Amino acid sequence: MSDHEYKPKSKAGKWFNDRLPLLTLGAHLTDYPTPKNLNYWWTFGGILTFCLLTQIITGVVLAMHYVAHADLAFASVEHIMRDVNYGWLIRYIHSNGASMFFLAVYIHIFRSLFYGSYKSPREVIWIIGLLIYLLMMAAAFMGYVLPWGQMSFWGATVITNLFSAIPLVGESITTWLWGAYSVDNPTLNRFFSLHYLIPFLILGLVVLHIWALHVPGNNNPVGIDIKKPSKDTVPFHPYITIKDAFALLMFMIVFAGFVFFTPNVLGHSDNYIPANPLVTPAHIVPEWYLLPFYAILRSVPDKLGGVILMFGAIFILFVLPWLDTSKVRSAVFRPLYRQFYWIFVIDVLMLGYIGAMPAEGIYLVLARVGTIYYFLHFIVVLPVVGLLEKTEPIPMSISDPVLSSGAEPSLAKKDNVKI
Amino acid sequence: MSKFNFIKIFILALFLSSTNLVKAVEQNDPIKVNWSFKGLTGKFDRASLQRGFQVYKEVCSSCHSMQYLSYRNLGELGGPEFSEEEVKAIAASVEIEDGPDSQGEMFFRPGRPSDKFKSPYPNINASIAANGGAYPPDMSVLVKARPGGSNYIYSVLVGYEDPPSGMVLDDGVYYNKYMIGNKIKMSAPLTEGIVEYTDGTQPSVDQMAKDVTTFLSWAAEPELEERHRTGVKVIIYLILLTILVYLSMKKIWSRVDSEV
Ligand code: HEC
Ligand code: HEM
Repeated sequence: MSDHEYKPKSKAGKWFNDRLPLLTLGAHLTDYPTPKNLNYWWTFGGILTFCLLTQIITGVVLAMHYVAHADLAFASVEHIMRDVNYGWLIRYIHSNGASMFFLAVYIHIFRSLFYGSYKSPREVIWIIGLLIYLLMMAAAFMGYVLPWGQMSFWGATVITNLFSAIPLVGESITTWLWGAYSVDNPTLNRFFSLHYLIPFLILGLVVLHIWALHVPGNNNPVGIDIKKPSKDTVPFHPYITIKDAFALLMFMIVFAGFVFFTPNVLGHSDNYIPANPLVTPAHIVPEWYLLPFYAILRSVPDKLGGVILMFGAIFILFVLPWLDTSKVRSAVFRPLYRQFYWIFVIDVLMLGYIGAMPAEGIYLVLARVGTIYYFLHFIVVLPVVGLLEKTEPIPMSISDPVLSSGAEPSLAKKDNVKI
Repeated sequence: MSKFNFIKIFILALFLSSTNLVKAVEQNDPIKVNWSFKGLTGKFDRASLQRGFQVYKEVCSSCHSMQYLSYRNLGELGGPEFSEEEVKAIAASVEIEDGPDSQGEMFFRPGRPSDKFKSPYPNINASIAANGGAYPPDMSVLVKARPGGSNYIYSVLVGYEDPPSGMVLDDGVYYNKYMIGNKIKMSAPLTEGIVEYTDGTQPSVDQMAKDVTTFLSWAAEPELEERHRTGVKVIIYLILLTILVYLSMKKIWSRVDSEV
């Protein structure tokens, strides 16, 4: 790394840095050599950091006015919307912010899938990312319960009831989660506590995620290892910072469009009806970002089976680095994988669509096909394609137009070349 | 790469819009009204809001509460904008229970602008009992609580018809073309001339339905005008900043032989 030699200019700076090398860290972050060919799909990491900070800041302000009590929660949210100065703005940023956060994380994840960013030596980055994603889902789910509308209540009921599918101890676990014999005030209280906690856990994981990233450095669209620093890299600041800022601003325009002009389209109108344990809504649907998993859950006739597949759909991502047998990272040079990648994208989108539809008729059939394909993609397609595929010629370096001969997968493996 | 970008954005857009495809079943699509408050710069029609409040007060408020609004809201910017005196008079026209006083007794006093709208019933159960087993929903956020929003509320108000032949309705149940399930336990609340508008507007059912729906839309989103106004400014600001940052980015990246 280039910052070994970093020396603070001022005396005070040197005094401090000798005791806590924060300035060295800062220098490392600004000098950090980054591949110069990163495209805009790489800007979503910065966007995600922005989303997390936005949720934390707006969330802390909301928590100053919100009351976590079954009789008062709905009214306190209305109090925020009507009486708190700019309360409506803060709440709409927070509720739409959750959707924007997920939009960004999905782009970020599918970026990794396309360019093989999960492969060696970046498995740990990938796994930490998945942990962040899991915690995001937990945070968003519990956050959605807080306004204590009809969808809050019934969403919480459906999801917590999943645990009752566990044999023998399921019922006890569910009661324990609720802190009562149904979703009730104790449930709301603990969800608020956890909803406040989880984002800070995420923040901690983000630090680890970036630390783990700074060990091997960024992957890039070509997917090859590069020398750092070299003519293939640029210092993070100002090159990447300005590019990230540009992308973030475009993202913020979309974000602002939702917040100011259609703040409720991504939510469900039933959540403006106060929670009522005696009236079940006609369709209980989770927020859009959880729909593919909801479709998988409902595609299985057996409750326990559904729960296992739903969690399996996420956990299989953890072993993805070992399921993908191809040594070539970027799909740009993998003609066969590229096609399966798009089929997989369409499969997930289809599942998301079906998750919002009633689980019957053609939707049920499609949900089953989609679920089976989802798992086939990981268990069969990825290992087999990696072994069979003849990849396209790969450049030796980012600046260098010279191509290596099309890497035979078998050859690549024998020499253990990382491309 | 540009083809890849395009497909991806397209698919994501499709994905996002798919959540809107979730529609309720067996229901007529609500009538589309050209509301003045829709669109990027939409504003409420002040006169319509004031008339709508009159309809709410004289008709709907005998069954429907509006517990999250205060009388002072009626005088605030972006709402009906009644004058201070008018708001005081409106508030003073209701008796509010207060207390306990220093003797521990509850007492009644005239309402103040800071009071919340007085509810017609002491609690939800009382309102259900008085309405043949149906709950007249609180109207504070009713517009946001129905998928069709303002169009839906308006449609229900003008959607009363004779039931199709063969359909038998229980006592106290009415046929409504737009209500979910087509059966509603509220008799048509509006009839020609049920209110006498102070501004001389003809009180037809359609006019009253539009006015009260406008009022309810404001009640659900009192911040709407400020939100639209701020939104336009924020987006213009962001676009200008984006252009500046884009130009700086181009300048900075011109130092290396790579594209951004
Ligand atoms: C006599 C009492 C009464 C009056 C007066 C009244 N309503 Fe209702 N309203 C009800 C009841 C009861 C329901 C519940 C109906 C049901 O659930 O079937 C209801 C339901 C509604 C609904 C909800 C429909 C839905 O989708 O659930 C709307 C909108 C509505 N009323 C508007 C109005 C408006 C506007 C006025 C004034 C012009 C008004 N009501 C006056 C009793 C009343
Ligand atoms: C990972 C980051 C976070 C996500 C994804 C998230 C998500 C959500 C969601 C989806 C809601 C429901 C919004 C609605 O429909 O009203 C919500 C509500 C809420 N959140 Fe968060 N949140 C996050 C961080 C935080 C933090 C850090 C705090 C507090 C410090 C917080 C405090 C609240 C409060 C008080 C509410 C209830 C008020 C309301 O419903 O608007 N959130 N959150």
